Amino acid sequence: MPLLELRDVEARYGAVKALHGVSLDVAEGELVAVLGANGAGKTTTLRAISGTVRRSGELRFRGEPLPRAPESVARRGIAHVPEGRGTFAELSVRDNLRLGAYTRRGRDSRDDLRRVYAFFPRLQERRDQQAGTLSGGEQQMLALGRAMMARPRLLLLDEPSLGLAPLVVKEIFAALARMNADEGVTVVVVEQNANLALSASARAYVLEVGRVAVSGPSDELRRAESVRKSYLGY
Amino acid sequence: MSRPRHALRAAGVAALVVVAAVLPSFISDYHALEWATVGTYFIALLGLNVLTGYSGQISLGHGAFMAVGGYTSAILMAHHGVRDLWTIPLAGLVAGGAGLLFGLPALRLSGLYLALATFAVAVAFPALVKKFEHFTGGSMGLILNLPKAPGGLHLSSNDWLYYLSWGIGFALLGLGALVSRGRIGRSFRAIRDSEVAAASSGVSPAFYKTLAFGISAFYAGIGGSLVAIETAYVNPQTFPITLSLFLVVGVAVGGLGSLVGCIFGAALIEFLPTVAPDIARHAPSAIRDQVTPSVIQGLILVLVMLILPGGVAGLARLLENRALGPRFER
Amino acid sequence: MAEFWQQVVAGLASGGIYASLALALVLIYRSTGVINFAQGEMATFATYLAWTFMHHGFSFWPAFFLTLVCAFAGGVAIERVVVRPVENRPVLTVVLVTIGLLVLINGLTSSIWGGAVRKFPSPFSTRPIHVAGVAFSIQDIGIIGVSLAAVLVLGAFFRFTKLGLALRAAAVNPGASRLVGVRVSWMLALGWGLASALGAVSGMMVAPVVFLDPNMMQGILLYAFAAAVLGGLDSPLGAVVGGLTLGVLLNLLGTYVSTLGGEMRLVAGLAVILAVLIVRPSGLLGKAAVRRV
Repeated sequence: MPLLELRDVEARYGAVKALHGVSLDVAEGELVAVLGANGAGKTTTLRAISGTVRRSGELRFRGEPLPRAPESVARRGIAHVPEGRGTFAELSVRDNLRLGAYTRRGRDSRDDLRRVYAFFPRLQERRDQQAGTLSGGEQQMLALGRAMMARPRLLLLDEPSLGLAPLVVKEIFAALARMNADEGVTVVVVEQNANLALSASARAYVLEVGRVAVSGPSDELRRAESVRKSYLGY
Repeated sequence: MSRPRHALRAAGVAALVVVAAVLPSFISDYHALEWATVGTYFIALLGLNVLTGYSGQISLGHGAFMAVGGYTSAILMAHHGVRDLWTIPLAGLVAGGAGLLFGLPALRLSGLYLALATFAVAVAFPALVKKFEHFTGGSMGLILNLPKAPGGLHLSSNDWLYYLSWGIGFALLGLGALVSRGRIGRSFRAIRDSEVAAASSGVSPAFYKTLAFGISAFYAGIGGSLVAIETAYVNPQTFPITLSLFLVVGVAVGGLGSLVGCIFGAALIEFLPTVAPDIARHAPSAIRDQVTPSVIQGLILVLVMLILPGGVAGLARLLENRALGPRFER
Repeated sequence: MAEFWQQVVAGLASGGIYASLALALVLIYRSTGVINFAQGEMATFATYLAWTFMHHGFSFWPAFFLTLVCAFAGGVAIERVVVRPVENRPVLTVVLVTIGLLVLINGLTSSIWGGAVRKFPSPFSTRPIHVAGVAFSIQDIGIIGVSLAAVLVLGAFFRFTKLGLALRAAAVNPGASRLVGVRVSWMLALGWGLASALGAVSGMMVAPVVFLDPNMMQGILLYAFAAAVLGGLDSPLGAVVGGLTLGVLLNLLGTYVSTLGGEMRLVAGLAVILAVLIVRPSGLLGKAAVRRV
């Protein structure tokens, strides 16, 4: 049974329909990429899963239908790192991370904090600083670290490379790969940087105008020139 | 506005004027005085409507402007022997001036901050009145001559007060309608909807917002002056903070932006204390004692804001739309 | 000189009362963006409740804590029933709702307990204590102590507990809070509950001094507004600093400038509000607001 199943999911912003029937599957432990041009509906797909946008259609997580409210979705073990990272700019780095563990009970959250600092030493250095004063790359690490604190089953990541220098992006994706491989976190990552996302992921979906246009194993998509030219722009 | 709608509205107002003109013949002398008081609230509410409904600024302290008008009349009458009628326009002008003066610094404030500041004015005002005892008679207040109809008209004093209030009231209603239809009214509405857009169209928010304060204070001052004349007495408790709040209840329930809704709001303020015991009778006996006029006022405001933010006027507009079809916003 | 210090301490005591109510206002403003004009009346109602408990045999401190619990519950209930439906409506609507609450609660207080002025027992003796040759009132010191304790407890709650962190997060970024599993709308209710309890502290501290009557908190509300505005409407620390400063300032002014005694302090409070809003709207410790276009 796939961890995440979407069938004919539609979503709208007010009167504007953004998703016209998206269907996809994600198996446990996979790292899946969602690609496409601007406005294709990538961000909306993630929002539909986390409940941040009104949607219809079938959405199942571990066999159960997904609840509508974002806070309930988070409690099921789905961590959504939105576009713009969703950090709490006025709170400290440490407080941001502590918030990540909000849905978890018990004392193990202190061990989680140590794990995150081990992954991202720079966060430990800046743990008392206001999150808003961190650089773009550090904020992205903070967002990932916060997601880690929740020990999610599924991680939804929206445009992690946006606005970041290539070296920093490499660091981020390396951390992501470790999360996926070592911790077994299932990841769905939305990216504009198709090449990067295809190298990091096992499978990928390409969206166009709110629908899935192409899907398949990432290295096949990378090698298929027609796919690259038509959908990915290179 | 379409012809049928225009005609309907005009007919409605005409009917009201006719009713108002003949009402005193049908009601007792005491009720005439009550309705005269409704008239004074009506005038104050018209003013508050200009400020809140038309130019979008909040005032929780309009009782203070009424007090300025009321005390101006009282001081002129008690200390300088001026005839009550002549004090009315003067009271309006003094209050209007105070409004302009307040409107200028108020420009820096908006929304919540303005509400806060005007609330503070209303709470602090009685203290100011008591301070300037020499003019205002301090806590003891000023006692004025009882009102009397001018010689030629054979009216009881209550009937005279009634016609005075409503005559002025309808005149100011007409003035308000003219202003609203004209350039000033359009400028007010433009500012209420978007200050930035208004400014870029050449409508100066600063000028019109200050003007709105001045106009609304002018109206309130006249209302306050009439209160002073009618009760023949003013003291710091004549215009307490609760009056300011009830004015807000009145304008909100009557319907923001509706001139005629103000009649309804004014009647609510005046008659609720009398009607409250009857309403209370319908409440379960366990809480009957608790259902006082204040409680009902507060409950009405909360419920109206929750369910029907357009107030009574909003309801009327709804019914009008049902009858005549929807109209496009100007 | 001795009188100066006595007045400072007395001013700090008044300031503590203003600070508690100001903090309540700031709490609600920060989390819901609303100024709760009914905060004073809610505090008065709670204080009357305390009086009723004591009238039925409770001694002061048990009645105090029981009242805090009731005030908390009341605040949560009001947020759920009355404020939540108008959460997304324009500012004017919400202001009018809190005004309606003000009128309603004031009316209820009068109708349930009557308008007669009552005595409210103080937990502190009125005897003076002498420090360095100056006589200070134990009551003043007690009020300062209780107010500070309330503020510190609240501060600790925000800083050290998970729930406090969630409340801060909900106030700062509700969208992101939902994504980490915070039930934002319950956080708002919690904020109202805490604010109501703080208001009750303020009421129970001031009642022994000014005597209990339905309109008791109207002036205090004005001073609380002044304190909150002075400190910055979005700064909890500012509310406390503003309150204490205002208390001392008004007391000293009242003592040394004869025209500003008694009720004229209300006018001084009004002057503070107007001056701050015109000259520096963000207050001493608040963030400068970006004017939304």
